[in-house]
Order: sequence, then C-alpha cells, then structure tokens
Amino acid sequence: MRGIREPTAVPPTTILIIPAFNEAERVGAVVQAVRAQGLGLDVVVVDDGSTDKTASVARAAGATVISHPYNLGYGCALHTGYCHAWRAGYQRLLQMDADGQHDPTMLVRLVEALDRGSDVALGSRYVADGAPPSSAAKRIATRLFAAIASRWTGMRITDPTSGFQGLSRRALECVVNDGFPEDYPDTDVLVEHHRAGLKLTEVPVRMHARAGGLSMHRGARIAYYGYKMLLTLMLLPVRRPTPLRARDTVARCS
Amino acid sequence: MIASVLDTVGDITPLLDRQRYVALTVAATIVVVVCELVRRRKLREEYSWVWVATAVVVAALALEGDVLTYLSAFVGSSSPVWTLFFGTMLFVLALTLQFSVRLSRLTHRHRTLGQRLALLEAELQRLREREEAQRSADRRAANRAAPDREHDVVA
Repeated sequence: MRGIREPTAVPPTTILIIPAFNEAERVGAVVQAVRAQGLGLDVVVVDDGSTDKTASVARAAGATVISHPYNLGYGCALHTGYCHAWRAGYQRLLQMDADGQHDPTMLVRLVEALDRGSDVALGSRYVADGAPPSSAAKRIATRLFAAIASRWTGMRITDPTSGFQGLSRRALECVVNDGFPEDYPDTDVLVEHHRAGLKLTEVPVRMHARAGGLSMHRGARIAYYGYKMLLTLMLLPVRRPTPLRARDTVARCS
Repeated sequence: MIASVLDTVGDITPLLDRQRYVALTVAATIVVVVCELVRRRKLREEYSWVWVATAVVVAALALEGDVLTYLSAFVGSSSPVWTLFFGTMLFVLALTLQFSVRLSRLTHRHRTLGQRLALLEAELQRLREREEAQRSADRRAANRAAPDREHDVVA
C-alpha cells in the first residue's frame, strides 16, 4: 500500500510517518517490520536531506518517500509528514523513529488509545516494560521535563521526549501550523496540545537501544535542548502566534 | 541636568589631531571597502547603506569636535575617544541583532520552501506513477480489443 492516495476516493484512515536522516542501514528493516504487522498503514518516510541511500532503501522496502532538498531538522521532517497527512485527509497519524528504537509491535497500542478517544497517544518507555539505558545528562533532562510536562498538562507524563506517538485528526490540525518547532518538538508541543484542549494519554511501550548511528540528543546539544525548552515553555503563555501571512503555508497550499 | 552637563564640558579634552585622523581613516576605509564590495556584487545595496551611514557619523563626529565633547559630557565620559568608539560599538551591536532577526526570518522562509518543494515532488511522483499505470492499462485494453494490431498500439 502506498502512502499517497486520492483524498476523495476511499477515505484514507491511518498513516505512519517515519522521519529519517542518514538511516539507510536501519530504515529498511523498520519499514519492513511495520508492514509485517499487517495494520494496513500507509507508511511514509520523510527523508530529511540524507546524504546516504535512506530514500532509495525506504522506497525499496515499500514506503512512500518525501525528500527534503536539504537537512531541515527532526521537527521539520515531522511537520512535513503532518502536512502531507493533513492534505491527504488522513484521520489518524502515527509516528515513529527510523533508527529501530521503537518497536513496531507497539504501534497497535497507540492505535487502540486513539480508538478509545485520545487525541494524542504518547508512547512511554518508562511506564512499564523497562527502558533501555541512557546517559546521566539525558536521564536528568528527561526527569526535569517530565516533571514540567506533568505539572503543565495536569496529568502524569513520564516520557515527554518520546517520538513514538499517535495523533487524531484534531491533534493534526494543531500541529500543521508553521510555528511547529524545527528542533526537539516534545515537552512544548505536549503543553500546547493540552492548552488546545486535546486529550493526552500516555501508553506504555517497549523501546530498544539504538541499533547504531548517532542520537540527536548528545553532548552539548543536551545543554542547548534544556535552554531552548525552558525558554519556549516560559514564553508559551505570552508568545504571539505565527503571523497570519506565514501560517499554514505548508499545510494548505496545493 | 543640562546645566550639570555644561559644567563638565570644560573638563573634557577635545580630540587630538592624531585621534581625529585615525577616526577619519577608519571612516574612509569603511566607505571604500563597502563600495568595492558593492562593485563586486558581493554586498547588496540594501545592506550597504547602514555601513556607509556608520562611516559618515564617525567622520562627522571626528570633524565636528564640539558635538562629541557634549556627547561625552552627557554620557559621563571624560574622553571623547571612548565616546566615539563606544557609540560605534553600540551601533554594530544593533546591527548584529538586526541580522539575527533577518536570519530567523530567512530560516523560516527557507524551511517552508524546502518543505513545499518536498511535498510538491512527492505529489508529482504520485501523478506520474498514476499516469503510467493508466497508460499501461489503456494499452492492455486496446490489445485485448484488437490483438492482431498489438504492435501498432505498442509503437
């Protein structure tokens, strides 16, 4: 099944987007594992300007590929996928990483949570099933932002940085705005979801350690991540929305 | 306030000739370099005027020593040289901040452009595949209708 379909014919239901940057060695296996689940998902890999064969490997594995002309960042790749899903009229969106950390057998849990009426299903590695080991800086950052996210959304959130999520069409409408953050879209996006009145649920999922390659959360970037997230969160209540002329230019044009 | 500023003006030594020449040389160099960059099309006119304006202000203050003396008294500096370079530094600071703002705007546009291009290419790819599928379906239908003319239709 291909990812891009006629918006009007048979209404498409669920799309899975996989943002990928230089993941040629892993993305093929991820796409195949997803397709083996037989969930009837349209699988779209958003290739974020990779310099390796990510796009052709993903295409060969049976995914539709949308390729950025140059590297734009993880959040941007997600946003392109959101806009594609919005334009094509999908009712539900699932997202997972291309590096093999997210277990495709857990996708069904996200779908079930959306079926039960959640707008945002957040796959958490910390609720149960044990989490893969991570560095001390990362654990502290996760702990801190989990506390902030829990406080600001009024519900217990254990894994705010999780990129393993499911979104309803209502949630999709919120994230196609051009103001979507280009790097590290996690705690701030969750808080914005809550402010928009969306129903959040945390779903326990199993995650694996990275199958190789480089994580985007490493070294000095964790410090920048902390700075950026605190600044964004502090300004969230008083920040102006994206100017009208610049809003939704990706999602609505055609 | 004005009276106290005027009181201190007398204590300030005006620019020495040598200092004046240095400031004028700096201003002239800025103008020459900026003009040369515009001539080589490495700097756009819209960004050049701010630099030329900086040079003109520096030159004017160096030539018209009184204004600089009053300014020094106003900011509480005993040295007009300090005032001149502090002013220039503030100006450059404002300039870099403005560039950061412009850069943010450009980044947003460049991001949106890349995303729209990517979606457009995916859409084009989908349409091409559909057209190709349609064409081969038509070909098969035509071949079924007239099997003996198969080669004509394929050609």
